[in-house]
Amino acid sequence: MKLSRLFTRTFLICLVPLILSGCGGKFIVLDPKGPVGEEEKHLILLTTLLIAIVVIPVIILLIYIIYRYRDTPSNTARYRPKWGDNKYLEIIWWGIPIIITVFMAYFTGKSVFALVKPPTTDVKPITIQVTSLDWKWLFQYPDQNIATVNYVDIPAGRPVQFILTSDAPMNSFWIPQLGGQEYTMPGMAMRLWLQANETGKYFGTGANFTGEGFAHMQFDVIAKTEAEFNRWVNKVKAAGKPMDMAIYNRLKQPGLVNKQTYSSYPPHAFEMTLMKNGGHYHERIPEGNQFNPNDTEKTK
Amino acid sequence: MEPKFKISHFFIHGDPLILGADVSIGIATVMIIFVLTYFKKWKWLWKEWLTTVDHKKIGIMYVIAALLMLFRGGVDALLMRTQLALPNLKVLLSEHYNEIFTTHGTIMILFMAMPLIFAMMNIVIPLQIGARDVAYPFLNAISFWLFFFGAMLLNLSFVIGGSPNAGWVGYPPLSELQFNPGPGENFYVLAIQISGIGSLATGINFLVTILKMRTKGMRLMDMPLFTWSVLATSILIIAAFPVITVTMLLLFLDRFAGAHFFTMTHGGDPMMYINLFWIWGHPEVYIVILPAFGIFSEVTSVFSKKVTFGYTSMVVSMMLISFYAYFTWVHHFFTMGAGAGVNTFFAVSTMIIAIPTGVKVFNWLLTMYQGRIRLTEPMLWTIAFIPCFAIGGATGVMLSIAPADYQYHNSYFLIAHFHQVLIGGTVFGMFAGLTYWWPKMFGFKLNETLGRWAFWLWNIGFYACFMPQYALGFMGMTRRIYTYGWDMGWAPLNLISSIGAVIMGIAFLFQVWEIAYSVKYGERDTTGDPWDGHTLEWSLPSPAPKYNFAVLPEVHGRDAWWKTKEAKERGDYEEKKQELEPIHYPKNSGIPFILSVFFFIAGFGFTFEWVWMGALGLLGVAICLIVRSFQYDTDYYISVDEIKETEAALRGEV
Ligand code: HEM
Ligand SMILES: [Cu+2]
Ligand SMILES: [Cu+2]
Repeated sequence: MKLSRLFTRTFLICLVPLILSGCGGKFIVLDPKGPVGEEEKHLILLTTLLIAIVVIPVIILLIYIIYRYRDTPSNTARYRPKWGDNKYLEIIWWGIPIIITVFMAYFTGKSVFALVKPPTTDVKPITIQVTSLDWKWLFQYPDQNIATVNYVDIPAGRPVQFILTSDAPMNSFWIPQLGGQEYTMPGMAMRLWLQANETGKYFGTGANFTGEGFAHMQFDVIAKTEAEFNRWVNKVKAAGKPMDMAIYNRLKQPGLVNKQTYSSYPPHAFEMTLMKNGGHYHERIPEGNQFNPNDTEKTK
Repeated sequence: MEPKFKISHFFIHGDPLILGADVSIGIATVMIIFVLTYFKKWKWLWKEWLTTVDHKKIGIMYVIAALLMLFRGGVDALLMRTQLALPNLKVLLSEHYNEIFTTHGTIMILFMAMPLIFAMMNIVIPLQIGARDVAYPFLNAISFWLFFFGAMLLNLSFVIGGSPNAGWVGYPPLSELQFNPGPGENFYVLAIQISGIGSLATGINFLVTILKMRTKGMRLMDMPLFTWSVLATSILIIAAFPVITVTMLLLFLDRFAGAHFFTMTHGGDPMMYINLFWIWGHPEVYIVILPAFGIFSEVTSVFSKKVTFGYTSMVVSMMLISFYAYFTWVHHFFTMGAGAGVNTFFAVSTMIIAIPTGVKVFNWLLTMYQGRIRLTEPMLWTIAFIPCFAIGGATGVMLSIAPADYQYHNSYFLIAHFHQVLIGGTVFGMFAGLTYWWPKMFGFKLNETLGRWAFWLWNIGFYACFMPQYALGFMGMTRRIYTYGWDMGWAPLNLISSIGAVIMGIAFLFQVWEIAYSVKYGERDTTGDPWDGHTLEWSLPSPAPKYNFAVLPEVHGRDAWWKTKEAKERGDYEEKKQELEPIHYPKNSGIPFILSVFFFIAGFGFTFEWVWMGALGLLGVAICLIVRSFQYDTDYYISVDEIKETEAALRGEV
């Protein structure tokens, strides 16, 4: 008796801080810091509302009906065993969901087409090439010619065009507070537009299972002001060490590594990764990154 | 050629988990052999069960196998939830966690949900449509044994050779040789392959049974809704299963013969696999939910003492679902970024499929409306299903909004969605069906008190386990991670979720107790109609004799048995005295069992890429088929005397 009370008390006391921290838990998907995440959050809230219009009445009706029509001898409610048809009610049942669907279809289509474009058009975007490896993230900045591993710095207020590929099993690139994820696929270059409106550090993660080290594929996204970003680039260029193919091949080996910074990387490294993994079978390399296979000859 | 796998790959050593499994499997096997030998039950087992072609017995074997698999999958689940209960735990290493979530998913969908559905189909359909068996009883036995040995093959992987570890979806290139050189993925491919043949045959069997073997007077629009749901499911199975068979074959050729269908290099296209997998996979989720819909329709009607509301709507919506199910597969990978047009199309088609689903929910509600609701165990499961499925369907609609899915995909939000529809829909549905038809299967009712304990524990456990997971999705927690840190604030909700899982585990134990208790003390069903049912199966004694109907009934309209009872009550029922005739009946056969053993041997051989063993197995399969084609003495007639005797005994007139 005493022992069991002791157990329950300990348990309850342990539970309190847990629950408290749960309430303070970070619902990062619902706390976006950029236009893409913002748009997605609106859709999430809108659809939650629309489905609530159906779900809540269903639950209330269910409770009412079970209570009202329970099988007790004293129940005086109406009983119509052979009543199985009512055109009007059925039209309502089919009608309401159809109307809701039309609504949702409209908003979905609008937003799908919007999100394949840069979130803002009056600022020049920056391009970052992302490669998922076993089990780390490689970021290459083609315009700055620098590279990082397991963290990525971006300028806030500027659209970022992430070009995604993989040199390992398919993963998925996700920064919840900036916007939704997209797959990184070997031999494919996919484009994902994101943007941070505020400076800050955001959580990024791999979302598609890739084996043993997958759980550790998290990375920091650091959004900086334009000036700070440029200072950082210059510092990296001056102080970091260059990446060569030997280093890349070491990175490619399965395993975990810490954050890394490189002052340069082999020319066309990203494109070569693509081609090596069958990129020439696909035509989905986004414009602006059109890659001329003859270039490989030159770099060899 | 040097074989790729040697004996040293065979037994995995040095792991307490696996050693434990090895030992317990060994002990269980010895015990089973001992009991069978001691009680001299070998012959009985062979004659009554292993060689049976009776749909009712096959159904019971499906139930037993499925519940065992539910146990195995449940242990997997508890292990995973223990590991995730708190950050940085070391209950399982990454490699074990990955194997366990892979076998958990594969077993739960293919070796738990599917066989439970086949169980219900087998037990009920012939009785409900007034038939004496399914269209192809011999094939039916083959289906069962192929499923059974497919399941055994996958389960064996845990102790021999290593389990698959690329997820139940087995996406390449992770599942290819390059990243997965061991035999694990071969187990996965071949187990699905073997049981898949059985599933396809079941689909064909029940389509033909329902279309061709209905009793006199039963038009399509007179069929009970469960029968309709099985018809829709059979159509889905027939069209969907060949796709997974081909997909697994191609993956196997990649792994075994060095082909490059889905590899990273040499022109392979992993995306093609993902498309093919879900072209099967989405219909598959409807394959496992439609029969549950059918059961809920039966149960709401019987326990509200009313006809089903909107019968035509119900039929139309099921047929629409089975049609649209083929046009939504891309919603499982919106994030592959196929392009705005494609994603919009599949988002809208997914929303559309939710419409008929929603209509069904309203029709169930109106079936109860102005009825008289009896809160028996099957009805409780049905009532629990409605809110659970409404929420699960609703989050499904949320997932179908393609841009929003970029945020939900691969997160715990998705996990919560599909567990809600699979547990709240399929599993609750099968529990409703099991408790409803249990007296018909075994001749006694299940104990209501223990049933209620199980019911409440399942429900409390379910919501505690999965509601927090929606929230975890919004917190950015992704699926398939074996561990996480304190920094993201995921710990409290994960702990609650794990507690919920344990409660569901306890609920399962209550069900085992419920069955064990009821075997001995359960209320015996002497009338054959313990629930005051509406459909033909309740016109038979419980359990039904092997030929089901001594005289095939003639029906007029829906709810045939209810109408008969009413007519009897009014006194204007005239029983047409029909002469008994000898009944044509298939003979038992050992071939389905033996053939499946050979399939198992072939599967095992190819798993380890021992070609000689694979070839030997396939040779055995071929011999079985040839032997069968030369058997002419495959059936017999049950004599009128025997029928008379059986009927008299069943009606207690002896
Ligand atoms: C109202 C109808 C439903 C809708 C609109 C719906 C929608 C969806 C969508 C869009 C996804 C993909 C989400 C993603 O991967 O990001 C999904 C996943 C899933 N759904 Fe549903 N769903 C519905 C009903 C069901 C039912 C009835 C079942 C099974 C009984 C089911 C089982 C699953 C499973 C197993 C997955 C995920 C599989 C995986 O990725 O491992 N769903 N659903
Ligand atoms: Cu691709
Ligand atoms: Cu689907």
